[in-house]
Amino acid sequence: MGRLSDAQRLELYRFMRLNRVVEERLVNLYRQGKIVGGLYRSLGQEATSVGTAFALSPGDFLSPLIRNLGSVLVRGYAPRELFAQYLARATSPSGGKDGNLHFASVERGVIGPISMLGELIPVMAGVALAAKLRRESFVCMTYIGDGATSTGPFHEGMNFAAVRKLPLVVVGENNHWAYSTPFSQQMACASLADRAKAYGMAAATVDGNDVETVWEAASEAVARARRGEGPFFLEAVTYRMKGHAEHDAQHYVDKAELAAWGDRDPLERWSRALAARGLASAGDLARLDGDIARLVDQELEIAERAPFPPPEAALEGVYGEAPGESEPFFLRYAEGKR
Amino acid sequence: MLDRRRADEARGGTTYVEALHDALWEEMETDDRVFVLGEDVGVYGGAFKVTDGMIERFGPDRVIDTPISEDAIVGAAIGAAIAGLRPVAEMQFADFISCAFDQITNFAAKSRYRTGVGIPIVVRGPSGGGVHGGPFHSQNPEAYFAHTPGLKVVQPATAYDAKGLLKSAIRDEDPVIFFEHKFLYRRIREELPREEYTVPIGKARVARDGRDLSIVTYGAMVWEALDAAALLESEGIDCEVVDLRTLLPLDDETIFASVGRTGKALIVHEDTKTGGVGAEVSARITEHCFDSLDGPVLRVAAPDTPVPYAPPMEAFFLPNAEKIARAARALAGY
Ligand SMILES: Cc1ncc(C[n+]2csc(CCOP(=O)(O)OP(=O)(O)O)c2C)c(N)n1
Repeated sequence: MGRLSDAQRLELYRFMRLNRVVEERLVNLYRQGKIVGGLYRSLGQEATSVGTAFALSPGDFLSPLIRNLGSVLVRGYAPRELFAQYLARATSPSGGKDGNLHFASVERGVIGPISMLGELIPVMAGVALAAKLRRESFVCMTYIGDGATSTGPFHEGMNFAAVRKLPLVVVGENNHWAYSTPFSQQMACASLADRAKAYGMAAATVDGNDVETVWEAASEAVARARRGEGPFFLEAVTYRMKGHAEHDAQHYVDKAELAAWGDRDPLERWSRALAARGLASAGDLARLDGDIARLVDQELEIAERAPFPPPEAALEGVYGEAPGESEPFFLRYAEGKR
Repeated sequence: MLDRRRADEARGGTTYVEALHDALWEEMETDDRVFVLGEDVGVYGGAFKVTDGMIERFGPDRVIDTPISEDAIVGAAIGAAIAGLRPVAEMQFADFISCAFDQITNFAAKSRYRTGVGIPIVVRGPSGGGVHGGPFHSQNPEAYFAHTPGLKVVQPATAYDAKGLLKSAIRDEDPVIFFEHKFLYRRIREELPREEYTVPIGKARVARDGRDLSIVTYGAMVWEALDAAALLESEGIDCEVVDLRTLLPLDDETIFASVGRTGKALIVHEDTKTGGVGAEVSARITEHCFDSLDGPVLRVAAPDTPVPYAPPMEAFFLPNAEKIARAARALAGY
């Protein structure tokens, strides 16, 4: 397996910081009443989203969940697009039709999730099935929360992927909570990875707050899948540092436990690691942070200047205009990248 | 929302969401077969607080926090009902009822018919839009279930009905799908009787008397229809508003009597138009009231698209008093 270059290590930092700063601006917008609907943060989970998505190659497919903002940044979405999405602007990837990370661009290898938890697993298994049927070498990656592994579709999709040895990597984000429901009330297994093993699927558990570890494990899983060795379930153990959404004060969470996980903050850990390896001093990182903050502010301004979609746009796009129009998209993406 | 409702709020009283809470609470107090299960209904008290405080009073065996498993929630409710209990299953959002579709439409709905075993469960949850929830947190899934023999489908518009209908649903011998409109949860309130009462399933109510035309509707749209009627009153158009309350079975008697009096029918619902409950009501009116009709049966409903997220698009999508008034004017002038 390859190793990260020093430049890539700094990239990981940049994406994690970008993830955090974009969400901090989103919180401001939420407090100003500008976010349309709810806001679900990934504070403390940035290493998982960024480290896993960073293991993909151009031409691979990814489907995020609501807490995987970092992964779509890695896939090349600009902050302005994400802001526009939460602000429901006409310029957003979904044109204002849907919220948070519910968008797709097959041309960018991103498959749009739906809210119904678990349903993405069979769908991504289907995209992976297409890789096999078309004799393409792309790999699919998607995410599942600990809570969502209790859904039927999760199990049906996992089993299907395992039986057919599909090139699918499922990242199980064990952040200990599903809304107010703790892991222990969600399942009787000791770990999420146990669920995968029941299907004969290879699995591993890693520290989800250590970005390099996450990247290494995800790279290995992606490489296996690309070699035709079948699907992989990667459990990333992390912690949901905020409530389910901004409206949730998480009164049910033990404050000492929360503080202990705060000490394992992935961004701080990675900046210490970069400094220890002599890759970036505290000053270098502060400068980089400043650049990122400025960039994000500019991006936000652009998104905020964009108009809402016109009301009548509600009627558009229920059906395709021309038969078969999605086919060239897919081919262009899957073939053109290599 | 019109000022009338704000005034109601200022006067105090019980909100729609509190009425649901009270109905559940009272039924659990009086019948120890009743229990609730769903995601985050215990310690958290439910995403919308319908089960607030219940785990403290009734304990974790009667207020069960489940895994994220709608199929298991409804399936387990069915099984417990067969074994003599009275489960009330919460869908965190009504949208997720689709995940339990098989259990509801194939197991629960058909059980009595094919085996003689009734399934007295309630599956309840928040439906409807107006809160910028987007395509997966704003749906009105009633038509899927109103098409399924063996189920009863209920949707209250008022706090009074929310309480009385939920009590009836819990006591009912058959599966009841109970849609609560989330836009109404905290926006309406009224003084409820101190004494025990229920509202029968299957009986519509005339929410407003009128001579010129009948607006037949349910759920949050009752309020919009009443607003439209108030608007039209000043123009000399006198609308009757019928609140269906139960969508399966439909109260033909009340619908036909109203249309018989006014000679004109406008059906309103928030759900999308094609194949909605309004289509069924319309067909029944033309089948049974053709002789008394003085105009076509009209419908005001959402257009046939998913529920959009951006506020201007959602406002365009949702029916409201103004759109209802426009259709009513056209019908009155027919
Ligand atoms: C099938 C289904 N049921 C319920 C919900 C409501 N819901 C949204 S997120 C959530 C909790 C998810 O927990 P988990 O999968 O652990 O992910 P996390 O939020 O911790 O990232 C719930 C219950 C849903 N989206 N889909």
